[in-house]
Amino acid sequence: MEVTLTHYLVLSTVLFAIGLIGVMRRKNLLMLFFATEILLNAVNIGMAAISHYRGDYTGQMFAFFIIAIAASEVAVGLGLLIVWYKRTGKIDLDQMTSMRG
Amino acid sequence: MEVYLYIALFAPLVGSLFAGLFGAYPKMLFTGVVASGLLFASFVSSAILLDYVLAGHTVHVEMMTWIAAGDLYIPFGFVVDQVSVTMMMVVSVVSTVVHVYSVGYMAYDKGFNRFFSYLSAFVFSMMVLVMSDNFLGLFIGWEGVGLCSWLLIGFWYHKESATWAANEAFIMNRIADLAMLIGIFMLYWNLGSLQYDVVFANIATLPMHIITWIGIFLFIGAMGKSAQFPLHTWLADAMEGPTPVSALIHAATMVTAGVYLVVRANPIYSLIPEVGTAIASLGAFVAMFAATMALVNRDMKRIIAYSTLSQLGYMFVAAGLGAYWVALFHLMAHAFFKALLFLGAGNVMHAMHDELDPFKMGGLKKSMKATWIFMTLASVALAGIYPLAGFFSKDLILEVAFVEQHYVLYTVLLLTAGLTAFYSFRLVALIFHGNERHLEHGIHPHEAYSFMLYAMAPLAVLAVIAGMAFKTPYYLMVTNLLPAITYHIHNHTTFWIMTIGTQVFVIAAITYAYKKYAKAVKVDEKVESGLLYQLLYNQYYIPKIYDEVFSKPYLKLSRLAWKEIDLKIVDATVDGIANIIYQTGEKTHTMQDGNLSSMLRWMVIGLVVLLVLAVAFTAGYNAVNLQAM
Amino acid sequence: MFEAIAFYLFAALTIIMFTITVMTSQALYALTAMAAGMIFISAFFFILGADFLGAIQIIVYTGAVMAIYAFGMMFFDTTRDVIEKRSSPRFVVVLGALAAVLVVFIVLAPIVTTNLNANYPIDLAVGNTQAIGMVLFTKYLVPFELAAVMLLVAMVAGIVLAGKKMDKSLTLMTEEDIALMHSTFTHETTQEEAH
Repeated sequence: MEVTLTHYLVLSTVLFAIGLIGVMRRKNLLMLFFATEILLNAVNIGMAAISHYRGDYTGQMFAFFIIAIAASEVAVGLGLLIVWYKRTGKIDLDQMTSMRG
Repeated sequence: MEVYLYIALFAPLVGSLFAGLFGAYPKMLFTGVVASGLLFASFVSSAILLDYVLAGHTVHVEMMTWIAAGDLYIPFGFVVDQVSVTMMMVVSVVSTVVHVYSVGYMAYDKGFNRFFSYLSAFVFSMMVLVMSDNFLGLFIGWEGVGLCSWLLIGFWYHKESATWAANEAFIMNRIADLAMLIGIFMLYWNLGSLQYDVVFANIATLPMHIITWIGIFLFIGAMGKSAQFPLHTWLADAMEGPTPVSALIHAATMVTAGVYLVVRANPIYSLIPEVGTAIASLGAFVAMFAATMALVNRDMKRIIAYSTLSQLGYMFVAAGLGAYWVALFHLMAHAFFKALLFLGAGNVMHAMHDELDPFKMGGLKKSMKATWIFMTLASVALAGIYPLAGFFSKDLILEVAFVEQHYVLYTVLLLTAGLTAFYSFRLVALIFHGNERHLEHGIHPHEAYSFMLYAMAPLAVLAVIAGMAFKTPYYLMVTNLLPAITYHIHNHTTFWIMTIGTQVFVIAAITYAYKKYAKAVKVDEKVESGLLYQLLYNQYYIPKIYDEVFSKPYLKLSRLAWKEIDLKIVDATVDGIANIIYQTGEKTHTMQDGNLSSMLRWMVIGLVVLLVLAVAFTAGYNAVNLQAM
Repeated sequence: MFEAIAFYLFAALTIIMFTITVMTSQALYALTAMAAGMIFISAFFFILGADFLGAIQIIVYTGAVMAIYAFGMMFFDTTRDVIEKRSSPRFVVVLGALAAVLVVFIVLAPIVTTNLNANYPIDLAVGNTQAIGMVLFTKYLVPFELAAVMLLVAMVAGIVLAGKKMDKSLTLMTEEDIALMHSTFTHETTQEEAH
């Protein structure tokens, strides 16, 4: 049967949900970053699909910039993670509660 | 001419405000002097206005608009006509005398400045009351005198009896004011205006039962102010205030406001003679009632207070029977000699170091000659002996009752006249004659300051001449406004029997009083424990009844309302609302525990909630719109 | 038909890979599954005719990003299993599923308006890469430059955060100071190894 935009969007939603579950579930900060990557990729699929089925380049440009941003985010995020690890020696979320209020 | 109106009206206010500036300071003589001076200015202006009115004119000004809302238009308007100028003269004369007297009487009092502020404020309110040209302005003055009377009765506020008496006076007045307000509301509702001229022109167009109710309600208001039964207990207790206060307020001005109201509203009362008869009957009852209580009392000021109450009854008899000018005339004469009596009592009090029991005084005529003369003159005037003022006013009321064929009222009033003479001279005899009982208590009296005596002198003069000199010009003037009825007893023999007989009766009472008390007396224990004596001495136990029936249950109710309703329901509700907000904060602040994982969960929960709302609203919106399409 | 088969195949694979990423307890498995998932997503891009995007996905995501993660994982001790305290896993799954259902609901809604005009319409005669180049460097020039600045910033930030001895500037020091610094540095490292 023919694959329509709806299929792609449903797929995007499912992947996004998986990413959400990962974000909520993971207590290790590095694993949390992985889940965030999944979220971004799910959105990219949605963007590209809409671009294809609507005949508009805007979707692909968006996906392009999202990739760029995701890359820089990873760089900075990992840098911060390394600093934290050097200082405290662990990357468990349950022990990072200094923002308690 | 309007200038004089404004001076007469506002000079006391200026005096009050000026003295009020120094209320918290120790005694400053000039406050009293300035206040008295301003009142003298008010007196002079009133005199000029009197002259103007005697020439046949009236002054009517509208100072400014007060309420202009929809159909309701009430201005600050003032009228000086024959009735109000009479009242203005009475008020200003007595007030000036009392102010000058108070400079001496209150000379050692800490609240000297405050006293003059209150006193002048009272005079201002009374002026507003008598000069106003609409019922609501009258009501403002009414409330103002009530307030100032509260301030003055409770002047020595550290004394609990004084504050209690002040509260009693104010609350009783308030109860009556409710009825008066209802009367005013009814007037406005039916006639659309509260101006005197409009009301009196149109009052006859209303159905009879409405007019009757209006008259009744207004009179109930007058009952409170003029202390008619059953709202009379405050007047005797009001003697807690300083004596000048009693002289001004409870002899001459405030208590006569009720009479003024009835006289002013005479077009209304002329239409409802049955209510008038009821008023007259109540007045006669009060006259007798008060006189009996004064017979046995052992408090000097209270005796004089009951005397005032009794004379107010006389005034209401006259007003109720339609003799409005007679009532006003008696008001005027009574003001003079009663104020004189009170001021004399003030002198005695000061000399006796605030002792009030005449049985502890005696033989003061040796050391206080002037006061003795003044008080005797006032008592003679009160008793109604020719040719002093009381004869022309009080005996006229007796004639009115006789002519109008209310013989029961006449008899009651006649008996009361005898009682009045008796207790007045009982007081004079006990204080000034007989043995000097005060020496055993170690009191050495001296006369008051001479300027105080000079201040009292005008009143004494007026008490002597007011009847003879003023009656005819007064009658000619005031009957331009009030119904002009002369009361003739056609049968000359009856007239002379009545007049001479009354005089003989009164003189007999006086003689009996002198015989009994103007000698060495001591308190007679046997008589004092008799039932009738006890009944009269305790004011027929009416204050006690009021206390048991009204005050104590009301206190219980208040306590219940406070504990049960206010604390448990109202406070609990308000605290509950605050508590809910606080608890919500307490519970939700656990959301911010610094744990990223849990915060991410909350974020997703919020996201889901927003999605639900988005889907629900969109589905609903589309369902509605697409259906319309 | 091929398209449909490809779609379903890659969809299943992607979902499985990402599920492994999210659920597994071993970090290395998660990393590997993630990388595989990225590759399969690029397959989707190729199916949709976004060639450039697919290539970028492989190069940047699978190549660069996953490599960074791999380096990061080398930094942390990965021989141990990632010990995570599980708290109410069911609630989490339910919440995610609920979110998914709601969004699917939204996505399945029919598009009512037909007034959608494309901003930059796809011309099938032009190749995808060429077209993307044209749009990127004309219409999206400003975002492009900003993205470049942002990448520079991220690079600098990464170096600063992770580097050692960043307080001294080597270009401004003399030769003797650098030698002095090196000798103390090796002295310190030998001390560190002794511990």
